[in-house]
Amino acid sequence: MSLYLFQALNGIGLGMIYFLISVGLTIIFGLLNFVNFAHGAYYLLGSYLCFTLVSLTGNFWLALVVAPVAVAMLAWVTEKTLIRRAYHLPHTFHILITLGIALIIQELSIAVWGPIGKTVAVPEALSGVFRMGDFFYPKYRLFVILFTAVIAVGLWLLLERTRFGALVRAGSEDAETVSLLGTHIHKLFALTFALGVGLAGLAGVLAAPIRGVHPFIGPEVLGLAFVVVVIGGMGSFSGALVGGLLVGLVQSMMTTIWPQGASLMIYGAMAVVILLRPYGLFGRA
Amino acid sequence: MKLEINRIHSYYGKSHVLEGVSLEVNPGELVTLLGRNGAGKTTTLRSIAGIVRPAEGSIVFDGEELIGKEVFEIARRGVSLVPEHRGIFGLLSVEENLAIAVRASSRWSLSDVYEMFPRLYERRKNGGNALSGGEQQMLAIARALVNDPKLLLLDEPTEGLAPVIVDEIVRILGKIREAGVSVLLVEQNLAVCEKLADRHYVIEQGQVVYSGTGEQFRQEQAVKDRYLAV
Ligand SMILES: Nc1ncnc2c1ncn2[C@@H]1O[C@H](COP(=O)(O)OP(=O)(O)OP(=O)(O)O)[C@@H](O)[C@H]1O
Ligand SMILES: [Mg+2]
Repeated sequence: MSLYLFQALNGIGLGMIYFLISVGLTIIFGLLNFVNFAHGAYYLLGSYLCFTLVSLTGNFWLALVVAPVAVAMLAWVTEKTLIRRAYHLPHTFHILITLGIALIIQELSIAVWGPIGKTVAVPEALSGVFRMGDFFYPKYRLFVILFTAVIAVGLWLLLERTRFGALVRAGSEDAETVSLLGTHIHKLFALTFALGVGLAGLAGVLAAPIRGVHPFIGPEVLGLAFVVVVIGGMGSFSGALVGGLLVGLVQSMMTTIWPQGASLMIYGAMAVVILLRPYGLFGRA
Repeated sequence: MKLEINRIHSYYGKSHVLEGVSLEVNPGELVTLLGRNGAGKTTTLRSIAGIVRPAEGSIVFDGEELIGKEVFEIARRGVSLVPEHRGIFGLLSVEENLAIAVRASSRWSLSDVYEMFPRLYERRKNGGNALSGGEQQMLAIARALVNDPKLLLLDEPTEGLAPVIVDEIVRILGKIREAGVSVLLVEQNLAVCEKLADRHYVIEQGQVVYSGTGEQFRQEQAVKDRYLAV
């Protein structure tokens, strides 16, 4: 029994990390109508920055704040210099450009950090296990679940309860009308891109102590994020949350039941969703 | 604040839609732009708002050239377009639709427009999708008002609406004009136009073919037959 609970918690933690990655991807797609294939590479960068900051300072908490902000700032600069020039082009161009960015980030990472993976130690305060009766669970993983839950609530409040959030939602429906109301649409786009990518960077930081850092993780992360977004529905916050948790849970449950079938189940679930609800669980036509 | 459009030429790709349109709206005036389907009325409004960039000519508002400025920059100068499709955000509530447009400098606050449109107050928690056509039009106008307009560009605000609602909108337009906001109104409903306007322009195939005051226009049966009859 407690093995299943253990795996369920693992699945939720993993799922929340997938949520962080996918929600950024989906917000960016919703507002900017932009396909960001560099999303996994920004996650990678978040992980590596975490590694470096932890090695230099020994302070994970510093990395938790600084690395995502640094990734978001880099994204903001990329948007200003490169990405905004591509909005008016077809999606294939978005893919080409961001795939290029992804390769640059990946290869630079190898140049800086080497081709071999790195490990990041769990922060001191969260090492060891949390114990309740005869149930044990790693403290750090519990922290990830709680922390990402707080981030999810904060993000929801940002999107649903602030003017910025209302502008993002309005712009996802009709960006032209948003600018007709005097909103600096380029700023809104750049901020949203930075926010979405920053969330991928944050996911990279949180995952680093659990999964380590590996230079070729980017494409895998990107693929999973797309699966989540397709299952949940493009542009949907709730879709990213439910889709992320679903994929995380399936993946982690499968490791006890039938490890080789984990990917199969995930892509199978995606196929079923596409057949039954082409726009995803929470998507709109 | 005065709007002066001087011989603008606008294109959609290669198709030459405005062929030297000139018109002006003086401070506090309500001017209509009339013409058949496809004459270029919407394109004229879109050119002023910066959605379409004229290749030639000039559009001067309050002494400043607008051509070349971005849509949001033009909007921030007080040029407010209420588009034909109304541009209501269906997934935002009525209140959110208004809130994202509110500017402190406007003489109309949120509560002012709720007072003008009690129906919007009743429906403030509803999504934009849930509104009727008339309510959407009211919301589009209310949203322009809280956005601090100096010049309001209205594209067929009464199109497809029931006569009671049309009367309501005419009443509101009267109030807006009393407040001193200039209005450039595109409208098919001649009765509405004649009730409200100081002056009229008629546009045909991308050129202004008639202009006259409200009084002159009333007598111009020939112009109406030639350019406006369906
Ligand atoms: N996006 C577009 N692309 C290409 N041509 C367009 C576009 N929009 C309008 N046109 C063409 O430009 C011309 C002027 O259109 P416009 O919409 O300005 O007319 P209008 O006077 O507003 O007509 P209506 O009364 O039907 O609204 C028409 O011939 C129309 O077919
Ligand atoms: Mg039109």
